[in-house]
Amino acid sequence: MLLIECPHCGPRAEIEFRYSGEAHMVRPAAAAACDDATWAAYLYLRDNVRGEHAERWRHTHGCGQFFNVVRDTLTDRVVTTYPAGHARSAAGGEI
Amino acid sequence: MKFSGLALLRQSLGGHRGWDRQWRSPEPKAAYDVVIVGGGGHGLATAYYLASVHGVTNVAVLERGWIGGGNTGRNTTVIRSNYLFDESAALYNHALDLWPGLSAELNYNLMFSPRGVMLLAHTLHDVHITKRHVHSNRLHGIDNVWLDPVEAKAFCPPLDISERARYPILGAALQKSGGTARHDAVAWGYARAASALGVDIIENCAVLGIGRDATGSVVGVETSRGPIGARKIGVVAAGATSTIMDMAGVRMPLESHPLQALVSEPVKPCFPCVVMSNTVHAYISQSDKGELVIGAGADQYPSYSQTGGVHQLTLAVEAICEMFPMFGRMRMLRSWGGTVDLTPDRSPILSDTGIAGLYVNCGWGTGGFKATPGSGHLFAHHLATGSAHPIAAPFSLDRYTTGRLIDEAAAAAVAH
Amino acid sequence: MSVFRTAGGDAIDRSRTISFSFDGTRIEGHPGDTIASALLANGVHLMGRSFKYHRPRGVLGAGTEEPNALVGVTRGPGRFEPNQRATLVPITDGMVVESQNRSPSLARDIGAVNDLLSAFIPAGFYYKTFMWPRSFWAKVYEPVIRRAAGLGRPPEVTDPDRYAQRWAHCETLVVGAGPAGLAAALAAADAGGRVILCDEGETIGGRLRDMPRATIDGLTAGKWIVQARTRLENAGVRLLTRTTAYHYGIGNLVTLAQRCTDAGGARTRERQWMVRAGRVIIAIGSIERPIVFPNNDRPGVMLASAAAGFLHRYGVLVGRHIVIATQHDSAYRTAIDLAGAGAAVTLVDRRARPAADLGEACSAAGVTVITGHIPIDTRGRLRVSKVAIAPAPDAAHRWLPCDALLMAGGWTPSVHLHSQSGGKVAWDAQSAAFLPGTTLAAQVSAGTCRGRVTLADCLADGWTAGGGNGASAPAADDRTDTGMSPAEPDAHPEGARRKAFVDFQNDVTAKDIRLAVREGFRSVEHLKRYTTNGMATDQGRTSNINALAIAAQAMGQTIPGTGLTTFRAPYSPTTFGTMTGFTRGRLFDPVRTTPMHARAVAAGAVFEDVGQWKRARFFPRPGEDMHAATARECISVREAVGLFDASTLGKIEVVGPDAAAFLDLLYAGRLSTLAVGRCRYALMLREDGFIADDGVIARLATDRFHVTTTSGGAASVLNVMEDFRQTEWPDLRVWLTSTTEQWAVAGVTGPRARNVLAALVEGVDLSSDAFPHMAVRQGRIAGVPVRIFRVSFTGETGYEINVPARHALPVWDAVAAAVAAAGGGLYGTEAAHVLRAEKGYIIVGQETDGTATPDDVGLGKMVAATKPDFVGKRSLMRAAMRDPDRKQLVALLTADRSLLDEGTQVVDPASPRQSLGHVSSTYPSVTLGRPFALAMVHGGRSLLGTKLAVATAAGPVAVDVVDPVLYDPSGARLDV
Repeated sequence: MLLIECPHCGPRAEIEFRYSGEAHMVRPAAAAACDDATWAAYLYLRDNVRGEHAERWRHTHGCGQFFNVVRDTLTDRVVTTYPAGHARSAAGGEI
Repeated sequence: MKFSGLALLRQSLGGHRGWDRQWRSPEPKAAYDVVIVGGGGHGLATAYYLASVHGVTNVAVLERGWIGGGNTGRNTTVIRSNYLFDESAALYNHALDLWPGLSAELNYNLMFSPRGVMLLAHTLHDVHITKRHVHSNRLHGIDNVWLDPVEAKAFCPPLDISERARYPILGAALQKSGGTARHDAVAWGYARAASALGVDIIENCAVLGIGRDATGSVVGVETSRGPIGARKIGVVAAGATSTIMDMAGVRMPLESHPLQALVSEPVKPCFPCVVMSNTVHAYISQSDKGELVIGAGADQYPSYSQTGGVHQLTLAVEAICEMFPMFGRMRMLRSWGGTVDLTPDRSPILSDTGIAGLYVNCGWGTGGFKATPGSGHLFAHHLATGSAHPIAAPFSLDRYTTGRLIDEAAAAAVAH
Repeated sequence: MSVFRTAGGDAIDRSRTISFSFDGTRIEGHPGDTIASALLANGVHLMGRSFKYHRPRGVLGAGTEEPNALVGVTRGPGRFEPNQRATLVPITDGMVVESQNRSPSLARDIGAVNDLLSAFIPAGFYYKTFMWPRSFWAKVYEPVIRRAAGLGRPPEVTDPDRYAQRWAHCETLVVGAGPAGLAAALAAADAGGRVILCDEGETIGGRLRDMPRATIDGLTAGKWIVQARTRLENAGVRLLTRTTAYHYGIGNLVTLAQRCTDAGGARTRERQWMVRAGRVIIAIGSIERPIVFPNNDRPGVMLASAAAGFLHRYGVLVGRHIVIATQHDSAYRTAIDLAGAGAAVTLVDRRARPAADLGEACSAAGVTVITGHIPIDTRGRLRVSKVAIAPAPDAAHRWLPCDALLMAGGWTPSVHLHSQSGGKVAWDAQSAAFLPGTTLAAQVSAGTCRGRVTLADCLADGWTAGGGNGASAPAADDRTDTGMSPAEPDAHPEGARRKAFVDFQNDVTAKDIRLAVREGFRSVEHLKRYTTNGMATDQGRTSNINALAIAAQAMGQTIPGTGLTTFRAPYSPTTFGTMTGFTRGRLFDPVRTTPMHARAVAAGAVFEDVGQWKRARFFPRPGEDMHAATARECISVREAVGLFDASTLGKIEVVGPDAAAFLDLLYAGRLSTLAVGRCRYALMLREDGFIADDGVIARLATDRFHVTTTSGGAASVLNVMEDFRQTEWPDLRVWLTSTTEQWAVAGVTGPRARNVLAALVEGVDLSSDAFPHMAVRQGRIAGVPVRIFRVSFTGETGYEINVPARHALPVWDAVAAAVAAAGGGLYGTEAAHVLRAEKGYIIVGQETDGTATPDDVGLGKMVAATKPDFVGKRSLMRAAMRDPDRKQLVALLTADRSLLDEGTQVVDPASPRQSLGHVSSTYPSVTLGRPFALAMVHGGRSLLGTKLAVATAAGPVAVDVVDPVLYDPSGARLDV
């Protein structure tokens, strides 16, 4: 069970959180105008990286906030967390 | 040497010194007609059917570790075909048609045991979706029947059908032709049979890159054991598929998640079939060795660590004890984790890739073991003929662009 | 009483004698004895039969590593457990112990015939046979194998005992309370912070208890342990004995299983601790290895460390004439101790020249030492009677008579938890063992589990790991080392004909491992799986390294070059009860009830589970079944008035200047044009275009909306809303509040609904002009402020009265009385579903299944296609989403007026194997005077007016395909 540092509440057990998919997926600005392939890529295609993975979590049983986590998918170690809307951060140490 | 009771008897007189390697361990050749990336059950089955059905024997199976070491050797061996959508039912039933004859065909006892797979309904919504399965399956000749709670208990006596439970059992769907098989034997049996037909099985060989010519067609793979040429490449790498496909610049609609399972200490036979529950969320069978085999849910986050949260194990055990309260004094003996590749609609991908010569078979998620023979059979057809078998055609990658999904997600709430 | 009891033993209370039965024989022992020690004290060595060959077996170990002595233990009704290690279970008065895997008795077991057939059933034999004829595997061979397999009998009745679970947080968790663990805990306690120390054993001390002559800081080992306990308790260290750390997870979450009581009953039997530790000190020691040689498995053949444990802890001598086979130093201490307790001891050392001082010590103690010899065979049917020793396996041998043979094959450090934490293990040539290597977790190993040998080193190692200054570590007398000098793992030489056991429980022999290598199973994982070595309930503690050594030798490789299998949780087998804790029955999943639940119970409701909610399904009167009750409830609604508890509907208050704009983006319809005081039905789509949820949205003010969701969808709808609010459109000024639990909802519907409300409601003009269908008003009922939504899910005029939950009952009671007075009554979800289906209203999750678009269910008009964007809009534009042959909602009427089963498939009679769709809802209808069904049928709207068939088990049933609105298509009833 992961230990995740909520940027608002501090370190909490994973069962307080809900994973919400790969982070920094950009919803096409003019969705109606983009082609099917672009839209499908937004909906479904994922990097699914081995290694440091930027991902969204929500502190469902806490502050309710969505935020971003960089986590190593080879070791499950959380590298850093940062608020939603911020650029991907490599800052911060392990928790 | 052909396996048989007689051969065993003969060998017993000579101290069993006459048994050969079950599959050859050759050095890789410079090039093959087909290179299969991934030496799990699906990859080995693909190679076997390429050789046995299509006569394509200049084939290599490249395995990063040891064959069958991925999800083939880490699953809970449930076999069934009672899927909701017509396309899925046809796909899994294609596999189920092959299972009963497979031990004889491969000359390897896979211990296929059609002991029945029961899916429990605990809510009216469960009843609704389960009955839809039953009726759809019956139309397609799949032996899935509806049982009331008393009938369900008659088939599976440990079942607690009392009102004591938080979610009492309202009924069940039973596919008697479903069951289990010995997972490792499936990998070894296909490897031995494929090897005998000339397929090279190359273990400890990690694929590092996919080579393409000026036209974009694949020409081979870079591996930890050197370059290997290939006219066609079939990627059958389960949790590692995204990584392999990325070498050819193809992004996949996949996320790789940890999935755990556990077994109890072995006891004398007490559990006759496979029981699954979506609402209470667990599934269970008893192995030939006597261990209760229990599947846990997938962890919510993607990972390649092959470990998962302890809470997934406890949730699974809680669910089992809720349905079978006599098991509270059983003990967990072993647990393990695999990496399952989940698609957005929880249905697999058997497809071209837009790159000439590159094909992919992945996305089996939490339930790929049961499909092993069918998956290999259909993918071999695809690799040999260059076009998808009609049963596999709906499972192409382009469904994510067109929206023609085969959404088993609702029905696949429990991993199996 | 016991012929093999000595004067020693720190674990037992000699002042009392208790008894239990073993296979019907009464056995006496002392409190503190284990089953194994009590049996051995009475000279009973035969305790079990092996898994495959049914060979007679006694104990191999004295603790958690035990593979042989597995027994079933009964402590009263429902309190039976199979496969208990006799070396771990403390005896209690009156307990019933039975041996396993034998018939008819332990001494005469018919299954032993397998031992004679063993040449025919080597490793993996079952993969090579039982394939003919094809049907025989599942029908004949497998049932026989299944009956033969399995160890003990399964528990058959509901576990009567209580279990618990709790969280704990600490700065330091020390696992293992042997010398290193105690030193670590003492140092950590000095350093401050919360410290938890756990140990699997009945008491603390670990291997230190087997070193009675050791002194630490001037105290004997026993006195030092007592002093250490006092110091730890005074420092506030939480000391958990009988507690196994069984799982080491990411984030330093270590899960412990505490055995609180063996008796069960009113007290909690076992407790699971989830410990988040700042750092973990692993001090779980090491386990001795057997020596692999022919017939090394007879009762009386055991590990030297086991004999030491039985002697020092329980005062039990495992034999009178003891031979010890060793290849390193530690057994010398045991030999001297056993001789001191009165046994005749012969020590056989593989080495030609062991350390001189050890030999001298042995001579002084009367121990005979034979160097340069190894054991090569044994005799004795139910107990070892003699052992053959020789300079080499094929050299001339001589027999030494004995009643116990002890094996000292070297020590295997327990790297299990280190490995579980994600740490690597590395082969250490000097120790001839795998030791903890690098790790990312905040943990460190200490003591013999990381290859430390002497007691002094273990104490210092633990002390340092705990944060202590090395100079102040507990100091051990130099003469009291653990004697754990390195010994190469045993690669029993090729060629012996008889069985040399590696994995005792699973009956894996050296020959089996060589056979597997010959057949190409060269990966350690393949070897394990093909031979089953290490997969027994002892988890390979005594077998893994020996198997590895044999395989490496067979392949001509080194041990580290061959590799090690992965260590997985649990560290020791853990009961399901511990893992389950409180989570049983009512506590398995929370039960949610509405504020009016007690009223429904009083009215005799039959409930259904909807998510965690209990919802009243119908209210049967005497003699009524569900259909009769539902029909009556439907008539009541259609002809008079019905009252329905709709409290479970999800409710979200959406507030802010941009609330309307936000809802325009989240829902397919247009909410920004909704007038204040009005309501609109709305569909929420997933981004992939399929229906996710539906509900009614009411505009309470320009910047305030009351949104309802399905009962099951409330949490996920809020989650989706929050997601888009926080991350996609954070610039929108809008706030979301779940109000599901805040409002109780009484639905009043039927032609007399307005009359019922008229007598109750203050401050609202109920006329249709003032309060039309799909409008919302605020007023009072019974003095309580309420929000009244004029909506209908039945097709009749309807009102949903939202009351603050804490005031629900007076309002509900007033409404219920008025409804009853108007000739109406309660109705449940079943009637609600019938009534809505008659109107063609969908239920999300019933008509839809995650693959339905709004147009599919006839709600295309609910999509405001001209909006520039909303969730799901782009996906609806894809070709497959607009295919005219998609499944579409229709109603089906059976020609024979039969009731269809839900989920039945719709077919064209011309091609009856091809599914055209499925029945999504099906009910008898008292209103329509016939059964009817809703169905999703390919191209369904183009098939209206045609005849199709439904494939039932009894054959096709002809159906008419009709419009899904079967009741009041004009909607006139909505305004009565």
